[in-house]
Amino acid sequence: MTPLISVKDITKSYGAHIGCADVSFDLYPGEVMGIVGESGSGKSTLLNCMAGHLRPDAGSVVFDTRGHGPRDTVTMSEPERRMLSRTDWAFVHQHARDGLRMGVSAGGNVGERLMAVGARHYGDIRDKAVDWLERVEIDAGRVDDRPTTFSGGMQQRLQIARNLVTGPRLVFMDEPTGGLDVSVQARLLDLLRGLVRDMGLSAIIVTHDLAVVRLLANRLMVMKDGQVVENGLTDQVLDDPQHAYTQLLVSSVLQV
Amino acid sequence: MIDLSNVSKTFTLHNQGSAVIEVLNDVSLTVSPGECVALTGASGAGKSTLMRMIYGNYRAQSGKIRVGGVDLVQSEPREIIQIRREVLGYVSQFLRVVPRVPTLDVVAEPLRAVGMGSDEARTRAKDLLAQLNIPERLWSLSPTTFSGGEQQRVNIARGFAHPYPAMLLDEPTASLDAANREVVLSLIETAKARGAAIIGIFHDEAARTRVCDSEIDVSRFTPARAA
Amino acid sequence: MTPSSEYNFAYLDEQTKRMIRRAILKGLAIPGYQVPFASREMPMPYGWGTGGVQVSAAVLTPDDRFKVIDQGADDTTNAVSIRTFFERTAGVATTTATPVATVIQTRHRIPEEPLTEGQVLVYQVPIPEPLRFLEPRESETRKMHSLEEYGLMHVKLYEDISRHGHIATSYAYPVKVEARYVMDPSPIPKFDNPKLGDCPAIQLFGAGREQRIYALPPYTQVVSLDFEDHPFEASKADHPCGLCGADDSYLDEVIVDDTGGRMFVCSDTDYCEGRQAAGHRGKDLGGKDAA
Repeated sequence: MTPLISVKDITKSYGAHIGCADVSFDLYPGEVMGIVGESGSGKSTLLNCMAGHLRPDAGSVVFDTRGHGPRDTVTMSEPERRMLSRTDWAFVHQHARDGLRMGVSAGGNVGERLMAVGARHYGDIRDKAVDWLERVEIDAGRVDDRPTTFSGGMQQRLQIARNLVTGPRLVFMDEPTGGLDVSVQARLLDLLRGLVRDMGLSAIIVTHDLAVVRLLANRLMVMKDGQVVENGLTDQVLDDPQHAYTQLLVSSVLQV
Repeated sequence: MIDLSNVSKTFTLHNQGSAVIEVLNDVSLTVSPGECVALTGASGAGKSTLMRMIYGNYRAQSGKIRVGGVDLVQSEPREIIQIRREVLGYVSQFLRVVPRVPTLDVVAEPLRAVGMGSDEARTRAKDLLAQLNIPERLWSLSPTTFSGGEQQRVNIARGFAHPYPAMLLDEPTASLDAANREVVLSLIETAKARGAAIIGIFHDEAARTRVCDSEIDVSRFTPARAA
Repeated sequence: MTPSSEYNFAYLDEQTKRMIRRAILKGLAIPGYQVPFASREMPMPYGWGTGGVQVSAAVLTPDDRFKVIDQGADDTTNAVSIRTFFERTAGVATTTATPVATVIQTRHRIPEEPLTEGQVLVYQVPIPEPLRFLEPRESETRKMHSLEEYGLMHVKLYEDISRHGHIATSYAYPVKVEARYVMDPSPIPKFDNPKLGDCPAIQLFGAGREQRIYALPPYTQVVSLDFEDHPFEASKADHPCGLCGADDSYLDEVIVDDTGGRMFVCSDTDYCEGRQAAGHRGKDLGGKDAA
C-alpha cells in the first residue's frame, strides 16, 4: 500500500531556534494521527510545513496525488500546491475566524471551494452547501446567515463543512477543539469521528489535549523540543508510555 | 488463533528514579478456535496486563504475540488497528465512549467500522441491547449517564456486536444480576460455538467453570519481586 | 486659448507620459492585467478622475478631438472641468459628438453610439481590483490573479443571489478578459458590459489613487461572469426615454417635482440630443421643451 503522505526528515529552524528537526513518518489512507506536545514543541511548525504554509529548511513531504501519484509537495510549484490545498487537502484552524470568510454567508463559505474548482451552477452549489450544513448539524435555515451570527461551536462546524465539501483525502487540524466549551467539544469530536469513518478521511491533528487524541486518533506522535520522542498506537502511547517525557505528560493530566 | 511465545513485560518509570518493574516474564500460551481460556491468579499477578498486551495496548519488551497469524509486537499501528477492527474484540471493565453519542450508535459502531450499512448495524445493535435487557427508552441516550451495571451491559453488547474470531473478556459478568449474567454466559457460549478463541478473566468461579476449557495461573509468569 | 510654448503639451512632462505610455502598452499586451504605474499628483482630488486624466494626457496628440462624459453627460461639472483642463493645457479641439471624437474620457458609462476603429475610450477607475471586497490583502489578490484562482469572484455573485434572489450587482460587474484575467470594468452599469467585448475602439482604464492602468485592445473577448442557472443580463429601466423616445438606451431616473413625479431620460446626452434633432419625440418632451 502506498502511504497517503510520507514525511521525511522535515527540519525547520527559526534562526538559531529549532522549530522541528528530522521528523519522518508515513500516514496511510484512513489513518488519523495525533501530534501532541507542549507549546513550543514544534507541532504546529510541523503541521504548517506539511500543509505547505511554511517551507521546511530540509526534507520532503511526498503526497500521493490523485492524478500523478506520489509527488514532493515541498518542491512542486506553488500553483500545484495551492490546487492541492483546495481539493485533496483541508485545513481546520483552531480559530474558525482564520478559516472562514466572516463577511460571507454560511452557504457562500461552504460553496467557495466548489466554485474554486469550477462549479458554476448556483442551484447545485446551494444544494451541496445545505446538505453539508445539515451534515455538520447546522440548521439549513441558517444558510444565508453570516458566521458572525454563529456560536463558536457552530463556526467551527461551518469551517469543517467548508473544508470537506470538495471531498478532500487529508485533513490537517490545528487544535480543532481549542477554545470551545467541553460540551461543544464532545459534539464536535463525535461529528469528526463520523466524518472520518464515513468519508474514509486521513487526518493529522495537532493538539495538546490528550483526551481529544484518545477519541479521534488511531496513532500518536509525541513531540518535545522539535523532536519526535515517541510514536505508536494512541492507546498504547497513552497507557504504556515508554519515554520519560510522555510519562510526564500522561501523568500530568488532571483526572476528572 | 491466539499464540504467545516467550513474552515479557517491564515498566520503566523514568520520572520515579527510573525504577524498572518486571511484571511478566516468558509467557507462552496458545488458544485455539472455539476454545476459552481463563486467566487466574491473585490480584496484581498481571492478568489485566497480559490481556492488554495481547490487545496491543501495552508494549511487550520481547517475545511474539500472534493473533490470527500476525505478530502484534512487530506490527505497525495501522496493522494492529486492522486486527482490532476485524479479528480481535476486547470487552474491558470500563466503557469508554465519546460523550453524547446514543447507546444504539455506540453498540453499532464496531459493525460500521467493518463496513456494515447504518440500518443493518443498528438492527443488530437493537437485538443485542434487547437481549441484555437495556430498556428501549435508553437506546437514544448516551450511556455516560447510565448505572455501572447498565454501562457494563452496553459494553458487552458493543464487544459482541461483530463476530470477532478472537476475543478478550475482562470480568464480563462482574456487577451483573443473575438474569443478565446468564445472557452474557450464553453469548460467550455462542461465540465459542461459532469458533471464537477467547481469553477471559472471571472472578465469578461458577461462570469460569461453565464457559472455560482451561485455566492459566498468571502468577507463574510473575518474576519473584523484592517486597 | 492656445497653449503657451513655455508649457508642456497636455500638462504632464514628457518623461511621465512616456512612463504612462509604457504602462498602457503593457496593459494592451496583457488584456485585463493591472499594470502598476507611478501616478502623479494632479490638480484635482482623487476620485475626480486623476487616473483617467493622466491616461488621456499620455495618449492625446494635438490633432485629437476630445470628448468627456460623466455618467453619460457632457454637461456635468466633472465633464466640463476636465474638458476645459485639456482645452487649456493641450489646446486640443473638443466635442460632445461621440462619432467625431477621437479620445473620449468617461466616468461610469460607455456611449450609446457604437465606437469605431481609431477611437480611444479612457475610463476613470476608482477601485481597479475586482477581488478587493472579498480579499483585502493586495499580496493575496495579486497571487490569485497570477494563479487564475477566481472562485472568490463567484462567491460574490453567489452572495448576491442568496440575498436578493438574483445577481443584484448592477454596476462594476466583473468580467473575464480573453478567458484569463478577471477585470473590474469600472462602475459602468452592467447594461454597458456587452459593449466592452469585441469593441473596435481601444479601451484604457486609469486608477490614479490606486496607481493602476489596464486595457482592452480592439476586438477583445470580454465575458461577464455568471452562473449557468443565473445567466448574465444587461438590464435597464423598463421605459422609453422621456425626451427622445429611445427604448434601447440606458436611462436615468429624474425626479421632476415634490409630489413623486418622475421621468426617465437617456443618460447619454449626446445620443439623446442627436435623436431629438433627428425628429424623435418622447412623451415628456412637450412640457419640458416649453419651460
